[in-house]
Amino acid sequence: MAGGIKKFVVGCFDDEAVLFPAVKNVRKTGYKIHDVYTPFPVHGLDHAMGLRETSLHTAGFIYAITGTTTALTCISWILTKDWPLNIGGKPHFALPAWIPITFELTVLFAAVGMVLTFCYLCQLSPFIKKHHFHPRATDDLFVMAIECTDKTNDEEVQAFLRNAGATEVNVQHAETGWWLGRYDREQKLYREMEKGY
Amino acid sequence: MSLLKYESQIREPLVDGDKTYHQVTEDIIRPIEMKPSRLWYIGFWISVALLLFGVYSVYREVTYGIGQWNLNKTIGWGWDITNFVWWVGIGHAGTLISAILLLFRQGWRTGVNRAAEAMTIFAVMCAGQFPIWHMGRVWMAVFVLPYPNTRGPLWVNFNSPLLWDVFAISTYFTVSLLFWYSGLLPDLATVRDRAKTKLRKLLYGVAAFGWTGSTKHWQRHESLSLVLAGLSTPLVLSVHTIVSFDFATSVVPGWHTTIFPPYFVAGAIFSGFAMVQTLMLVLRKVFSLHDYITIGHIEAMNKVIVLTGSIVGIAYITELFIAWYGQNPYEWYAFSQNRVNIWSPYGWSYWLMMFCNVVSPQVFWFKKLRRNIVFTFFMSIIVNVGMWYERFVIIVTSTYRDYLPSSWSTYYSPSVYEIGFYLGTFGLFFTCFFLFAKYFPVIAVAEIKSVLKTTGENYKRKMTDIEKKDSDKFYIEEVEHAH
Repeated sequence: MAGGIKKFVVGCFDDEAVLFPAVKNVRKTGYKIHDVYTPFPVHGLDHAMGLRETSLHTAGFIYAITGTTTALTCISWILTKDWPLNIGGKPHFALPAWIPITFELTVLFAAVGMVLTFCYLCQLSPFIKKHHFHPRATDDLFVMAIECTDKTNDEEVQAFLRNAGATEVNVQHAETGWWLGRYDREQKLYREMEKGY
Repeated sequence: MSLLKYESQIREPLVDGDKTYHQVTEDIIRPIEMKPSRLWYIGFWISVALLLFGVYSVYREVTYGIGQWNLNKTIGWGWDITNFVWWVGIGHAGTLISAILLLFRQGWRTGVNRAAEAMTIFAVMCAGQFPIWHMGRVWMAVFVLPYPNTRGPLWVNFNSPLLWDVFAISTYFTVSLLFWYSGLLPDLATVRDRAKTKLRKLLYGVAAFGWTGSTKHWQRHESLSLVLAGLSTPLVLSVHTIVSFDFATSVVPGWHTTIFPPYFVAGAIFSGFAMVQTLMLVLRKVFSLHDYITIGHIEAMNKVIVLTGSIVGIAYITELFIAWYGQNPYEWYAFSQNRVNIWSPYGWSYWLMMFCNVVSPQVFWFKKLRRNIVFTFFMSIIVNVGMWYERFVIIVTSTYRDYLPSSWSTYYSPSVYEIGFYLGTFGLFFTCFFLFAKYFPVIAVAEIKSVLKTTGENYKRKMTDIEKKDSDKFYIEEVEHAH
């Protein structure tokens, strides 16, 4: 939630082919890209921005083996210790018959765990609100937000972005984190004076 | 123009017409923002009426007991379980399209996956009704859950296929729902950001979970989709496998068959694709989505239908052969007398099944028919009828004559409340589907955009020109020069 208000120079691109070299140049020049908002997953953009690979799938694996262990320990305890049922004299520890449920629980734990982790990492939930730099970022614009420090000359950054092919450039003071709110109301977490930059 | 990705020019475009990213958004989201057509209202209220009749049928069944249905001494699983298996099967195509085709990198899935996944979820919801209400004393349904309880420490039987079903269906429903909704988030955000009215801003704002389209979020989203697809793929195969275990692990002649798991899975995909065709052809017409659900999409699905239909055909014939080859008199009687013998009470249903599932899909070897919309629609209905009869044949022809001829039942035909329950699930399914089509983007907007520049018609046309120029240049400079 934290973050405070920061100042951003925002550049909008209408073609990912223009966006890629722009991202490269912005980074080469030494400006700090806060984020790029795109209407669809642009492959390779995360590498171009220098983001590290996500470990979400590793988390998924851990959830999966948790599911496997839960199923196996529970079923074996129930059917061999807690209430052993004699079914036609067959062994109490009937591993082959437990495979279906073990498999289902593995999948269930992995899927539910991963989706929750995904929502947690990306701060996604009903009634969560974030600053949107441009409403068309979910439609057809690729929106790059460059974070400014008090030393940044925003005029220069704006000119730079225009040069790089941005169709629309502006300066915004925005909250960086999320807050509880509704999209039909104007709501802010911080007052205008509490600037973080 | 972007040259980041390349697709062969021989392939048909997946998106027709001159589209830009914004145009894609407009085309798919506009129906949500407009008042629904009269056709929508008529369809919706018919579905609600069916649903209400279903609710009344279930009310009768709960109040007066299973006797409201015409099940009898030997046929304990009549229409009810037939419908259960049929609905579960239909659900399978959605997961196949969204998960297996994602892993196989089939670009055409983007046009149909959203609606097919929705179909999966609603179909599984309908399927779940049947075993639950079939319990009779439905207030005891919680007994299927393994929880530390007050019935002595008596647990459910983890070795029973019926319990495996509980786990399989509930997991399948949960995972499908998560997969579907996580895919919907970015598109709901698109609707939210276009919203003009306050109510729409509020509702889609809540539904979109505050999605921004950040690159890091997309990266995680991609990873999530891929892993969920990887999980759903064995899951979907396991679900119908386990449903088939309900039959295959029993000792009833006609059910006790090792071929059931692959046979059921192929049949499920077969019937599911038929249902996807039925729904897509209507959606495409009503929302004029001809540019996104192209003839190419329909043809691709028809190819899956002819493939899975042939697998099902081979399974039927193998099953019949093994029944004879196995030399078990009871098994062979079930097949030769109860099914194949057209003069037996249910012989007609076996041959109807054979015709609808094995013979009729073979016409899709002809390209002309694969690409004919009216014919495809007709065939999709035929296949669905055939697949319903497959389950009917398996259940009824195996049970109406048991080992004791004195209890061989009289002709089983369903009661009005049995039919009403089935119609009620149609009501449930279509009510949900109409609401989905009205309030959610029926095509994955973000996914269409991500394949637009490689497979969009206008982009492909540009690529063809570039390629032609290149090859001409090569010819002039290299080939002619060499001479």
